[in-house]
Amino acid sequence: MNDIWRMIGQRLLFGLLTLFVISVVIFGATELLPGDLARELLGQSATEETLAALRDQLGLNDPAPLRYWNWLTAALQGDFGVSMATKRPIADLVGARLGNTLFLALYAAALSVPISLTLGVLAALWRNSIFDRASNALALTAISIPEFFVAYILVLFLAQSGLFPSMVRITGSTTFGDQLYMSFLPALTLTLVVTAHMMRMTRAAIINLLANPYIEMARLKGMSPLRVVLRHAVPNALAPIINVVALNLAYLITGVVVVEVVFVYPGLGQLMVDAVTNRDIAVVQAIALIFASAYVLLNLIADVLSTISNPRLMHRS
Amino acid sequence: MKNPMFSHEMTRRGLLKSGMAMTAAGLILPAGMAMAQTEPKKGGVFRAGIGHGSSTDGYDPGLWDNLYAQTFAAARHNQLIEVSADGALVPEIAESWESADGITWTFKIRQGVSFHSGKPVTADDAVASLNHHRGDASTSAAKPFFDAVTDIKVDGQSVVVTLSAANADFPYLMSDYHLPVMPGADGKIDPTSTDGCGGYVVDSYEPGVQATLNRNPNYWKSDRAHFDQIVLLSILDPAARLNALMTGEVDVIDQVDPATIGLLEARGVAKILSVSGNAHYVFTMDARAAPYNDNNVRLALKYAFDRQELVDKILAGHGSVANDNPIGPASRYYFAEMEAKTYDPDKAKFHLKQAGMDKLEVTLSAANAAFSGAVDAAVLMSEKAAAAGITITVDRVPDDGYFDNVWMKKPFCASYWGGRAVEDQMFTIAYQTGAAWNESFWSNAKFDTLLIAARSELDEAKRREMYQEMQQIVSFEGSTIIPMYNNYVMALANTVATPDKVANNWNLDGFRAVERWWFA
Amino acid sequence: MQILLAVIIGLALFFAIGLASRATLRGLAPAHLVPTFRDMPLTASFGLAVILIYVVVSVLAPVLAPFGESEVMGAQYLPWAAPYHLGTDKLGRDMLTRLIYGARNTVGIAFATTALAFVVGTVLGIWAALVGGWLDQTLSRIVDALMAIPALIFSLLLLTIFGTSVLSLILVIAAVDATRVYRLARSVAQGIVVMDYIEAARLRGEGMWRLIRREILPNAMAPLVAEFGLRFCFVFLAISALSFLGLGIKPPTADWGSMVRENATLITFGDVTPLLPAGAIALLTVAVNFVVDWQLHRASGLKE
Repeated sequence: MNDIWRMIGQRLLFGLLTLFVISVVIFGATELLPGDLARELLGQSATEETLAALRDQLGLNDPAPLRYWNWLTAALQGDFGVSMATKRPIADLVGARLGNTLFLALYAAALSVPISLTLGVLAALWRNSIFDRASNALALTAISIPEFFVAYILVLFLAQSGLFPSMVRITGSTTFGDQLYMSFLPALTLTLVVTAHMMRMTRAAIINLLANPYIEMARLKGMSPLRVVLRHAVPNALAPIINVVALNLAYLITGVVVVEVVFVYPGLGQLMVDAVTNRDIAVVQAIALIFASAYVLLNLIADVLSTISNPRLMHRS
Repeated sequence: MKNPMFSHEMTRRGLLKSGMAMTAAGLILPAGMAMAQTEPKKGGVFRAGIGHGSSTDGYDPGLWDNLYAQTFAAARHNQLIEVSADGALVPEIAESWESADGITWTFKIRQGVSFHSGKPVTADDAVASLNHHRGDASTSAAKPFFDAVTDIKVDGQSVVVTLSAANADFPYLMSDYHLPVMPGADGKIDPTSTDGCGGYVVDSYEPGVQATLNRNPNYWKSDRAHFDQIVLLSILDPAARLNALMTGEVDVIDQVDPATIGLLEARGVAKILSVSGNAHYVFTMDARAAPYNDNNVRLALKYAFDRQELVDKILAGHGSVANDNPIGPASRYYFAEMEAKTYDPDKAKFHLKQAGMDKLEVTLSAANAAFSGAVDAAVLMSEKAAAAGITITVDRVPDDGYFDNVWMKKPFCASYWGGRAVEDQMFTIAYQTGAAWNESFWSNAKFDTLLIAARSELDEAKRREMYQEMQQIVSFEGSTIIPMYNNYVMALANTVATPDKVANNWNLDGFRAVERWWFA
Repeated sequence: MQILLAVIIGLALFFAIGLASRATLRGLAPAHLVPTFRDMPLTASFGLAVILIYVVVSVLAPVLAPFGESEVMGAQYLPWAAPYHLGTDKLGRDMLTRLIYGARNTVGIAFATTALAFVVGTVLGIWAALVGGWLDQTLSRIVDALMAIPALIFSLLLLTIFGTSVLSLILVIAAVDATRVYRLARSVAQGIVVMDYIEAARLRGEGMWRLIRREILPNAMAPLVAEFGLRFCFVFLAISALSFLGLGIKPPTADWGSMVRENATLITFGDVTPLLPAGAIALLTVAVNFVVDWQLHRASGLKE
């Protein structure tokens, strides 16, 4: 077990390093983009004179490394600064939206993970049956349709009839129940988007093991097919399944900007695209780091769980 | 109560009257066709789904650059002067205005109006509000309007503005959306404050998401701001806006996707409001660079595509053909009789030959950030131009950073103008030699001379003639292709009532839907 | 009622195409492959037939298409009637023509992108698992850092910097995809490299490349092939999502992802136009994955 703890500690350290690298990459990429905050704020109305005045006011005339250093030193002290465009503190700007993003991600995960694991196991169990083929074809169809289009179709059938709202309006007085109800369509859209991937991975990982001698042995002992799959195949197929679930969870947190736009959901993705468009670097950095942390943590958890599930790996690290 | 319009007319000299005579060609109802005007009713929560808005929007009036920020501003602020639905200037915080020579302008500030905070509106506030856009340190997009302003000062209850040269249309500039009257302190306004003297008081605002405002109980206009509460929602996706309207989540949406207008009308759940104005779509050519420095090449391109096809397919008919003329049909001096340019490949070939060419290959840069449908419009032009021996390669560039990276950088690209109320303003900001937004870098000495002369011309008929000559020059010698004027297309729930005439100067009844409309 | 009818017709077509293609393949196949095709399930033969049809359409697009790729024929949104059998799009171009050329552009780009992503991702992933140590750590941390930036936003940044030519589109999406493939390949290979036969092969002194190719890859194939089937269709989605944000393939080139985006608003009114390109993508995805499943099943060595 000590090995695991050492690995976690090591990975967390590397995680911090990753965050640092990302902050440099994101800062550099944003710098490489044509235009700057002053230009974007003034848009078509910009003249050289007003641009110069605004750049001066925003501190954009400092050299890039200096601006990065200023940001970094403040961030290390826990101060992520204020949005340059709106002058609002980042914590204030990001806080509520982070909550919304996590809510939607967990909601969609709560729907999709059980569904896809169950379907995956059943499809492996009844492989090549009508059930296998049909669930497979349906899941593939769902996944091959762009997510905004899935959203439009759901709205056509479930919102235009008045069953669910077509957009999400979260205010201070929204109760948890209301939020669950209002966010159902975005959560369902995301479920349809991620289910096929997890389900197929589960199925493939299990089937991959079924030809192994020990499975054959279990079967010869007269175990029921379900028990064979659950007791002998699933535990050994856990590593790839855990990995694909972690990937999809991370996607649910970081990659849902299109669904946010379609359902007018006030999450971090839209905020990040706005901030990139406006070159509001402080906001871009803060959100990029939140997303990156989510990734690092989920991947770490996935690796830890895979390692535990396969004791042979433990001896290597 | 003194009739402000009357006192205003009385104090103005003949030469300046022309400014008031402006009517809009757009939506005028035949005289005598008095519609059964329903009396506006008070009450209700009005929810608008607006296709703009960003989480980086702020309260600084110098930086309002999208329809959401502009509508939100109009809900909580008043300006010195308002543009009425028929395009005339009407007094708002300035009770009246006058000038003897077009150089010194006096705006008399209305008494008895107060900000939401309770502070009375004074001339000092008005001066502070205008000065926010002046001076070297100003970061306002409206700064160029004040280039000709040499002094702004308080004189009793009035604001006196002095210009460096006469400008008969100066009051029109004061109606610009960038210039609300905000409370000043020590000669400065607080650009992070929501305080204003408009019809609604901000209750909550989440940039890029929604704003909730309640009716200002002390609003000085008794016949405006009918709703108890308004909610402004930023809904960027056109399909999401449509769905929100059809499912009753909002009462009005703007920027209806032209492809769906017919389908939406057929549903019967909403009314389409299509308002023609001066807004126009543009393809600019860099007049300094070959081959566009030859007017024959520019003319060849102007004859090489089908304007009507663009109106039909890009606007679904909700607009009108433009003849490379930035002065739209809603303008006073619109030159309707100008020789029309139709799709004529032979004429295009003729002009190419005049330029000494058999064929022409150009690249047209476009992104939908320039205007909705810009890329499609460019593709259609390219298809039609082939018959004239002109190969237009469409370069679809990223929306992101379009106005920095492409606009006024690439020699042939798409652009958009919201349409200006006054001819002088449109020409001055985008066509005068060396103007900051002269996007085609076009320069024409005769045009420049006419422009200066027309500004202070006394005679109405002569003034009209001069402006029409300028339109002719821009259309046939200019370096700007203007294929169409686009309508403002909105969709309203059946419960929403509007006045008979809806303003055509901007989207959503000149941004004033929130205070002019009501629930039937 | 209409939906039921469509389902019945769809199933009938599925069986007809599946049976016909199985019979044809069996007839044409070289002798040693006949048993393979004889045992092929109907889904797989259907999948193969669809893929073949798509390939033929892609190759012969200029011959099959009734009009030019970007030729504007008439008014927008004309009804489904000759000579425009699937109507016209919003610029008045023939929809059928656009779909046919779309096959060529979309399938070509998606295949190139996925293949590139897999070659790079798999080789690096297995290599990292095999060598372990600092190489594994370095590569994995770099990939972690890249993956930690959301794919769509990362692509948006890169495409804005490098422009949206087809080549940069392929490279950017492949780079983003390769990180995902790397992670999967590494985790699968990690489970394999601890097996005894790998130890044995190492002791025999087999080279790195041979180990990857001969010992690990065949045993890691199943999850990778399954992933390939999905990654392939994710490319369509990535292009479609990018066109949602105003990037994607440049007009007037026809591609299905952008065609869905262009016409998507119409679905709000129950208009089926955007379903055509979406259906074309879905059909191909299902077909590819049916074949993948069949291969997976054969590779697993299960006899039932």
